[in-house]
Amino acid sequence: MEKRFITQASINRWLTKIVNDGKHLYAPVKKGDRVDFGRATSADDIVFDHIQTTQSAKSVAFPRTDVLFSYEKEKGKVQLENADLTAYPETVVFGLHPCDAAGFNPLGAIFNWDYKDEIYNARLQRTVVVTLACTKADEYCFCTSVNGGPGNTAGSDIQLTPVKDGFLAEILTEKGEALMKADEAAFEADRGDVKEEFLVKLPEKFDVKAVQEKLQTAFESPIWKAQSQRCIGCGACAYVCPTCACFDIQEDAHGTKGKRLRCWDSCGFALFTLHTSGHNPRQTQAQRWRQRLLHKFSYMPDRLSVRGCTGCGRCSRACPVDMNLSEHLSSI
Amino acid sequence: MEELRKKAAELLQSGEVQMVIGYEEGTRHPRPCFISSADDAAKLIYDDRCTGNLAVYLTHKELIGGQKIAITASYFALRSILRLLTEHQIQLDKLVVLTVSAEKEVIQFATTDDITAYLQTAPVPAREDDKALIEKLNAMSPAERWEFWSAELSKCFKCYACRAACPMCYCTKCIVEENRPQWIQPWASTLANIEWHINRAMHMTGRCADCGACGAACPLGLPIHLLSHQIVQEVTDNFALDVNQAVSGDNALSTFKPEDKENFIR
Amino acid sequence: MSEFEPKIVAFVCNWCTYAGADLTGTSRIKYASNVKIVRFPCTGRIDFMLLLKAFAEGADGIIVSGCHPNDCHYTSGNFHARRRWVIFRGLLNFMGIDVNRIQFSWVSAAEGAKWADVVNSTVTAVRELGPYTQYRKAADYLAQQDQSIIDGQEAMIIK
Repeated sequence: MEKRFITQASINRWLTKIVNDGKHLYAPVKKGDRVDFGRATSADDIVFDHIQTTQSAKSVAFPRTDVLFSYEKEKGKVQLENADLTAYPETVVFGLHPCDAAGFNPLGAIFNWDYKDEIYNARLQRTVVVTLACTKADEYCFCTSVNGGPGNTAGSDIQLTPVKDGFLAEILTEKGEALMKADEAAFEADRGDVKEEFLVKLPEKFDVKAVQEKLQTAFESPIWKAQSQRCIGCGACAYVCPTCACFDIQEDAHGTKGKRLRCWDSCGFALFTLHTSGHNPRQTQAQRWRQRLLHKFSYMPDRLSVRGCTGCGRCSRACPVDMNLSEHLSSI
Repeated sequence: MEELRKKAAELLQSGEVQMVIGYEEGTRHPRPCFISSADDAAKLIYDDRCTGNLAVYLTHKELIGGQKIAITASYFALRSILRLLTEHQIQLDKLVVLTVSAEKEVIQFATTDDITAYLQTAPVPAREDDKALIEKLNAMSPAERWEFWSAELSKCFKCYACRAACPMCYCTKCIVEENRPQWIQPWASTLANIEWHINRAMHMTGRCADCGACGAACPLGLPIHLLSHQIVQEVTDNFALDVNQAVSGDNALSTFKPEDKENFIR
Repeated sequence: MSEFEPKIVAFVCNWCTYAGADLTGTSRIKYASNVKIVRFPCTGRIDFMLLLKAFAEGADGIIVSGCHPNDCHYTSGNFHARRRWVIFRGLLNFMGIDVNRIQFSWVSAAEGAKWADVVNSTVTAVRELGPYTQYRKAADYLAQQDQSIIDGQEAMIIK
C-alpha cells in the first residue's frame, strides 16, 4: 500500500481525466434536497460533505433491473443469447463511504456462494472503488458496531481521507494504482498525516458478537412480534441496503421474443415467500422481520462467514415508520 | 399531552379498548406506537410533528385481530377512517377515535357525523412546500411537466413504501402483483414506474384523504403524493364531492350524474 | 413530417360505435386507414391501462368511443366510463402526457358519417402532433440502463 497526498483541485483534475478517458463516473450528486449516487457530469457536481447518500452503491454491480439473457423463437427453434459481459462499462464509483465499499464483500459472498454469478462478477471487475473516509456521522451510523469503521479500507481500491488542505490518499490495490496513474502528477508525496486524527469518533452501540450469540436461540422469541408491530411491510430498507441481494426473476416477453430480467426484491414483502399453492411460510410481518435480522446477523455469518450489515444506517433513515435497526439490535 | 395519556390509560384500564395506537418519540420524528397496558401510556405524545397516518394500521389484521382499538388520529387520518368505514373495512363499534384539537383538547368522537363536523371546522394542516411545487407544475407546459415527472419517476425503485403507508391500499392482492395479464411491468424503469404511479393514483379516485403519507414514506423523496392530490382536486372540481363527507357522500367512480362534464367528448 | 402516418388505435363499444363503423363501411364512406379498431362490450369495460399500453406499444393516437349518454346497452356503462375519463385526463395532463392524442367520442350505430369524421380529424390532428416518441422512449429500459445504472436518469450525460 502506498500513501499520497492530493488537493481538492487535483482531485477534480484527476476525475476530469478519468471521465475523458471514457470511464463512467458515479458519485454522490445533489438530487433535490438529497444526495444520491448519480452519473456525475463533472467533478464540480460531486458532493464531498454528505453524511450518507440515500441509496447504496451496490447498483454498480447489482443494478435494480438487469438483463440475464434474451431469447427468440423462430420456426420451433429457440435462440438464446446471454448478456454480453464485455459490454459493461468501465466504471469508477467515487466518494462512497467505507460502509458501502465493505458491502461488496457480503454481496460477493452471496453471488459466489455455489454458483458463480458471472454478471455480478463482471460488473464488479470493471469497477474501481474510491472511498471517502468519514469525518462526520449521524445518529443512524453504526459501522463501528459491526466491525467496520470510518476509515475501514475493506473493499476500497483507493481511500481518500479529508485532511488539512486536501486528502490523504491510500492506494490499496492494483486497480487503484492503475486509476491513480490516469493522472499520477495529481498525487503528491505523503505529508505524513495521521489518518485517525481526522476520522469521526463513533462509539459502539452494541456488541455484535453478543447479538449473534443471542440470535442463535431467539427464533421463537416474542421480540419479533413486538419489534415488527409498526413495520408496514414495504421494501425500502432492502432497496437502500448495500448488502441486500435478494432478487426476483421477471420476463419481458413480446410474442416470440423477450428478455429475462433480474430485479430487486425484498424479504419484507408478503409476496416474497408466497407459494403458488397459496401457502405462505412467512405469513406474518413478525416472521418476515425475524428473517431479515436473522439472515443478516446469524445465517450469513454461519454459512458465508460474512455479516449482512455494514452499519451504514440507511435502512433506518429510509424507513417510513422509523424501524431503527441498531436500536432493535440493542434491545434483543 | 397529559390529558391524552390519561385518556389512553383510562380506556385501557377500564378494558374498553385492548390497544391504543398513537405516536411516541422516534429517532428524529415521532413514530407509531402500540400500547396495550395503561403503564405504557406515558410514552404517548401528540403534537404538530405527528403527521403520519395511523389509520393504515386499522386494516392490519395480524396487529388488530378482534381487539377493540383506540386511535389518536391526525386530521387526515380522520378522513381515512371515514373512508375505511364507508368501504366496510373497519367497524365503528370496534373503534375509539380520538384526536387532539389545535387548542390541545382531547376529543373523542361518538359518530361519523361528529368526525365530519370536526373536519369541516378544524383548520386543514398546511403544506406550503407542496403548494409551491403544484403552482410551479401548473405553470409549466405539458412538455415540461412530462420532463419533470419522467425524470422524477425514473428514480423510483419500486419498494412500494407509498402503497404500504397508504390506509386505502388494503387490497390483499395489488394490481402490480397481477400477472394475467401483466398490467404493470414489475421491474423498475421509467415507464414501468410511471404506469405504477398512474395506477396508484387512479385507484385512489374518491378515496384519497390527501394526507401525503405516500410521498412522506418514499425513501427517495419523490413527490408522488401530488399525483393523488391532483386526483382529489379533479374529484372535487368535477363531481363536487367533499372528502370530509365520505360516509354519506357518493363514491366518485361507482356513481354518476347524467349531467357530468363531457366537454372533451365529441 | 409529410411521410409520417400516425398509428391510431380505437377502443370502441360493441353496440354503438362498432356498429356505426360498420355502417361507415356499408355506406361506402371512405376514411383514413390509419386506425385499428378494438371491440369491447362497453366503454365501461375499457380500462385506462389499455390506453397506456397502446401508447407504449407504438400508438401515436387513440380513439375511445361508445354509445351516447342514455343509449348504453347496459344502461350506465358509458356514464361510468365518462367519469373515469374525466379523472384520467386530469391526471395525464398533470403529468404532461399528451391528452390531445386521445379523442373521446359518442358514435351511435346510425352515425356512420360521424365515425369517418372522428377518425379523419383525429388522424389529421395526430399527424400534426407527430410520432409519440417521447412516451415510447420512456419504455426503453435498456437504453436508460446504459445511461445510468444507478437510477435510470436519462438526463445525465457526461460532457
